[in-house]
Amino acid sequence: MNFSEEQLERYSRHIILAEVGVKGQEKIMQAKVLIIGVGGLGSPAALYLAAAGCGTIGLVDGDCVEVSNLQRQVIHFTPDIGKPKVISAKEKIEKINPEVKVNTYKERVFARNITDIIKDYDFIIDGTDNFPAKFLINDACVFSKKPFSHGGILKFDGQTMTYLPKISACYRCVFGTLPPKGAVPSCSQAGILGAIAGMLGTIQAAEALKYFVQKGELLTNRLLIFDALNMNFRTVKVRKNPECPVCGDKPTITKLIDQEQPACDLRKK
Amino acid sequence: MKIKVNGKEQILDKDSISVKELLNVSKVEKPDMVSVQLNGEFVKKEDYSNTSVKESDEVDFLYFMGGGNN
Ligand SMILES: [Zn+2]
Repeated sequence: MNFSEEQLERYSRHIILAEVGVKGQEKIMQAKVLIIGVGGLGSPAALYLAAAGCGTIGLVDGDCVEVSNLQRQVIHFTPDIGKPKVISAKEKIEKINPEVKVNTYKERVFARNITDIIKDYDFIIDGTDNFPAKFLINDACVFSKKPFSHGGILKFDGQTMTYLPKISACYRCVFGTLPPKGAVPSCSQAGILGAIAGMLGTIQAAEALKYFVQKGELLTNRLLIFDALNMNFRTVKVRKNPECPVCGDKPTITKLIDQEQPACDLRKK
Repeated sequence: MKIKVNGKEQILDKDSISVKELLNVSKVEKPDMVSVQLNGEFVKKEDYSNTSVKESDEVDFLYFMGGGNN
């Protein structure tokens, strides 16, 4: 790949890094990343991946921008209220970096569409807010052998880990199955400090970029947990579970299913 | 015995404790909202009462965290 003068200039702070260089930047520019959920986590992830020059960014979200999103979903602006999130995000990405190709999917992921949506992408970022979607993304990525970044936030806490097919623990290896109904606090009960979503989403973007340039250590077989209220970070070692229902030795889950669970009742009020 | 719970050292005046009891002692309000790892290995919910935590074991209570989109 031949870089133009403008590209050399635009990506100079990447290129100067020994771990990235021209080769690494080239890989980033050829990479296809899919962001599922263009909200608190997906917004910062999309902004940084666009600025980094990711070749293709796919955006999946069925929702439209609401005023209560603006406290943390930083890719959406006040005049975007009412606009589909994927369109709002696409417009910003194109302004940050016109070189990025953006694909939009104005829908939620379900068992019936997820395999088709993820199939052309190299890395998936889970920016969803509910457990049925998180488990579905995990299972689909295990079945389709796609690496992905899990991200979760709650109040002042965040957690993230990266899955590499066959090599590392999947989300189910660590979390098993859906928590029972009623155990999950709703968004309105729990709340979230907006900046925490930014911290986590940018970590997920960094993992994607590291994956593309193949440098450093990914968050595989480790769950990074932070408590931003006291600003403590730690990583917990996790292991591939031989009894994992989806990636274990005798998997009991062999096809994708839609599970139901109320995610967030804030919007309905 | 000395064990580590969520990365922090704890001293208990017994030689072993079940995961179920430890959840209780650690004041985990909603055990349904955590996944328990004993020395890095996933413990199934149905095994909480018959899995014992012993000297120098490391236990992590990992919370289910959604968030993000909405
Ligand atoms: Zn697994």
